[in-house]
Amino acid sequence: MVLENQIINKYNLTKEIVSFEVFSPTIANKAKAGQFVIVRASSNGERIPLTIADFNSTRGYINLTILKRGKSTNQLGLMEPGQLLNDIVGPLGKPSEIEKFGNVVVIGGGVGIAPILPIIKSLHYEDNYIISVLGAKSAEGLIFTKEIKQYSNEFHICTDDGSLGFKGFVSEFLLNYLKKDNKKINRVIAIGPALMMKAVCSITKNFNIKTIVSLNPIMVDGTGMCGSCRVEVANQTKFACVDGPEFDGHQVDFDLLISRLNIYCNEEDIALKKFMENHKCKMNI
Amino acid sequence: MQNEHLNSKKEKIPRTKISEQKPEERIKNFNEVELGYTEEEAVRESMRCLMCKKPKCIEGCPVNIDIKSFIAYIKNKEFEKALEKIREKNALPGVCGRVCPQEDQCEKTCILGIKDQPVAIGKLERFAADYEKNKNYVKNYKPNNSDEVNNFIKANKITNSNIESIRFNNIKVAVIGAGPAGLTCSGELAKMGYKVTLFEALHSPGGVLVYGIPEFRLPKKIVNDEVEYVKSLGVEIKLNTIIGKTFTIDELFSKGYKSVFIATGAGLPYFLGIKGENLNGVYSANEYLTRVNLMKAYLFPEWDTPIKKADIVSVIGGGNVALDSARTALRLGAKKVKLIYRRSEAEMPGRIEEIKHAKEEGVEMVYLTNPLEIIGENGWVKKIKCIRMQLGEPDESGRRRPLPITNSEHEIDTDIIVIAIGQGPNPVLTQTSPDIMLNKKGNIVTDAVGKTSKKGVFAGGDIVTGAATVILAMGAGKIVANAIDEYIKTGIW
Repeated sequence: MVLENQIINKYNLTKEIVSFEVFSPTIANKAKAGQFVIVRASSNGERIPLTIADFNSTRGYINLTILKRGKSTNQLGLMEPGQLLNDIVGPLGKPSEIEKFGNVVVIGGGVGIAPILPIIKSLHYEDNYIISVLGAKSAEGLIFTKEIKQYSNEFHICTDDGSLGFKGFVSEFLLNYLKKDNKKINRVIAIGPALMMKAVCSITKNFNIKTIVSLNPIMVDGTGMCGSCRVEVANQTKFACVDGPEFDGHQVDFDLLISRLNIYCNEEDIALKKFMENHKCKMNI
Repeated sequence: MQNEHLNSKKEKIPRTKISEQKPEERIKNFNEVELGYTEEEAVRESMRCLMCKKPKCIEGCPVNIDIKSFIAYIKNKEFEKALEKIREKNALPGVCGRVCPQEDQCEKTCILGIKDQPVAIGKLERFAADYEKNKNYVKNYKPNNSDEVNNFIKANKITNSNIESIRFNNIKVAVIGAGPAGLTCSGELAKMGYKVTLFEALHSPGGVLVYGIPEFRLPKKIVNDEVEYVKSLGVEIKLNTIIGKTFTIDELFSKGYKSVFIATGAGLPYFLGIKGENLNGVYSANEYLTRVNLMKAYLFPEWDTPIKKADIVSVIGGGNVALDSARTALRLGAKKVKLIYRRSEAEMPGRIEEIKHAKEEGVEMVYLTNPLEIIGENGWVKKIKCIRMQLGEPDESGRRRPLPITNSEHEIDTDIIVIAIGQGPNPVLTQTSPDIMLNKKGNIVTDAVGKTSKKGVFAGGDIVTGAATVILAMGAGKIVANAIDEYIKTGIW
């Protein structure tokens, strides 16, 4: 019997990215593209927001794709099928705005490729012409390429080291694309590291193309209760957990976002170091 | 004869002091500040009660605990009976004994208090609750027939206070939010025989009792015990469930719930709306306290959630939440903690006892001072620009209105700022139920017994009144429980 919050499948997509199918029928039934869950791996764990990378209401699972970076994500990375996540709550945040926009460029960078998958699917069912652009440091860092390609009308890959596709950042690719292609782009959706989203927005602003980004600030409760995730959009304070996580990228104060993402750098180092010491053999370091 | 003579004149016993951890010690730990009465102390304090024919204290209690009777039991050393008496009206005595503002309620109306210090009703309530703390409750028992019920009652020596709980009537009621109002309402409904499901958004039940009020004022063990008691009455608690997201209210009705009680509290932090408020190092009190209390950041890195520790912490506000934040900052190792409040001490909404505790512990009170701007450096808070205030005419709250003094701007150095100026209603649930009428502030509009504009849906506690006290929310939970019972029985809305 499958239990609620139980890991059904685990896929090591890259060295740093792991993907789980977690049995959570209630959330799978409710989830929409663009939403997230808050997860606690263990009973003394922190509450971390994870975008729902995919969901299947028939089979009752959600997909959580995780970049192993800090203590909590590394701890999650060690979990195996059969194990239970301590807590999952959601779906949280507002769903992506999905309608027939026309020609849509959807950009995913790094682990940010995962959350664009349900968005691309939804856009596809609304008959949009989808130009997907995936970026990673190198070819080994790319995830979900097959699935995304399946729903895309155009499919482009960028790698920083040029090991696959365009050599360079997704923003550089986008600039070239917009310059040379005379197709009218109705909307850009970009999900990835804050710096990537910032770079994309500075380009699309010049071309006057509405650009939606999904922000990933630090959260605690994820329900609008604490204000940890506050961001500034059009010079107004917003809570990413309830007002977002998606916002008009041209209005977002990315420097503030980046600054607030670094609040707990020292503490994260302490926690990760302690964790690594306790799990040396398992972590292969 | 002489003794009798003395007795008839009632020897004056001074109010029994409660022992406390010394300030210099307690600021180094998160353990409870007040240590509670011993049996002797409790009995001694109970002797002070005048046993009034018409006890005013009961009128002063928002849930009308039969204070006179429970004190009489303590006097007779029948401590368990005392608790049973309290539990007739209050499912969370260990909590209320600790966090109720008794000076504004039962103790305010105590007749002894006219010429002397009132009876320490709160401390006695706490004593009765703690006395029984280690007793195990009967959990989630579901009988098939009345014989089973009777045998079970005999075998388990079940007392009056939870006897009704095992006679379920199979009518489902949903309660949203496992804070003081939700827990109380659930307990009352379960005692009436309803099958109650209590939905909680967080991973731990208790609401503000677990995320807001610090360990040193209300140990989480006490909250857990009282939650266990409510569960023992037959209430099922579903954690990690956000009504409005996981399910909507209409879905609850379609799942067979006959009535819904919204008790989601005041879970939306207010900010000042001044420049620099999103700098690193500026916290809402909700975040600061949630990290420490619910997420146990004071035990980092054994627990995963971090909190910023720094030498100078400034807390903005004058209520209990501000005081809790300031005292938490001290315990996290701050060398200097300032409480910046725009009015004076007399207008502070915080409990007198907590103000006293905060001062003893070394919190520096900066009165008549209002922040204008937060000044940062490299993304981190550095200073607060403030202006001095003076008190003018009373405003609509009856307190004297603070007015700025021209040319009194000045800067205060600080490493961390905690903003504790109040909380509003969290809109996550109400956004998905547009048929529930709200007022301008976003609070749910109800009638006197908690009926909302949506049939079958009741609301109570802070989501209706705005941020208030634990006991007022509990009082609302109780009124609503009776109203739900009446609604289900009569069908009249």
